Amino acid sequence: MIDVFQLLTLLGLAAMTVLARCFFFILNRELPFPAWAQRGLQYAPIAALAAVVVPEVLVTHGQLISTWLDARLLGAAVGVAYYAYRRGQGQAVLGTIVVGMAVYLPLHIGLGW
Amino acid sequence: MFLDPANFRHPAFRTGMADAFKVAPGIWAWGLMTGVSMVQAGLGPAMSTWMTLLVYGGSAQLAVTPLMAVGTPVWVVLATAFCVNLRFAVFSLHLRGYLMAWPRWQRLTIGYLIADLNYVQFVQNHPAPATEAAGQRAEMAYLCGNCFLTWAGWQIASILGIVLASQVPLEWGLGFAGVLALIGILCSLASSRMRTVSLVVSGAAAVAAYALPLRLNILVAIAAAVAMCLIIEKTAGVNKAAT
Repeated sequence: MIDVFQLLTLLGLAAMTVLARCFFFILNRELPFPAWAQRGLQYAPIAALAAVVVPEVLVTHGQLISTWLDARLLGAAVGVAYYAYRRGQGQAVLGTIVVGMAVYLPLHIGLGW
Repeated sequence: MFLDPANFRHPAFRTGMADAFKVAPGIWAWGLMTGVSMVQAGLGPAMSTWMTLLVYGGSAQLAVTPLMAVGTPVWVVLATAFCVNLRFAVFSLHLRGYLMAWPRWQRLTIGYLIADLNYVQFVQNHPAPATEAAGQRAEMAYLCGNCFLTWAGWQIASILGIVLASQVPLEWGLGFAGVLALIGILCSLASSRMRTVSLVVSGAAAVAAYALPLRLNILVAIAAAVAMCLIIEKTAGVNKAAT
């Protein structure tokens, strides 16, 4: 089991989740919001995902990968190719995951790439 | 929330769940590996289970797990979690336009559950905030459905990972399914030239700034991409092509 101190730490961490995820809508008051910021936000979702994903594929041990023989790179490339082939229709995202893993797992576990 | 019939009986609730289902295998694999990682880092099954149930944030959990395992001071642990979560503050600025119509407790409960993909799928489905009550209800119902499926799947997978920690080696790299889910959504977002610019600039900046601590490279990358897109809009006048 866990002790009271540990539970309090976890509650603090949960509060951090709420604080960050609700940061700009915790208070009820008006927020000055210039038009350029409003326009800029339409680019935020894709930027946020790219910032999470691209290093996950291209960086290993803190360095940009230097070889094409990388299971993540090839898995991601085949995933993107599948999405393009399906033109995003139907369950294209689900297919991206399945096809990408079908390339990644054998290369990674089998060949150690 | 989920328990409010006005939300779960609304057709948008099912739309939200269906969208979350498209990326669900990625979320499950990611949750599973997060559960395995916490136990293998020495956090213990009880602590790991409580952590996944309360904290509900994969990147923050993975960042603080090694700190907690060696007894780092609490304020450092909390500050680390907040910094790793800073990208969510950007999302909250965007979501503000949608959620301010609701009472505070409702904003905070749904806000707690909005992870990366929930935010992205929501704004993709609702490009502009509704102005009348029926539209706002549809938005809330979509969010509830979308977040509920993600939350349930993540929690079950994480607890499974905690239970199976000794049987599932991290080296298999099952967590890559989570990356592929994000890649699929990235592809669906890259629908205009300006958005593709945002993707490329952000990806390059995130790699270039990778050495920054606390995953602050993500924040730098978002700022760089948004700034670059706004500058291009201004100089090339491509406002119309943007959306």
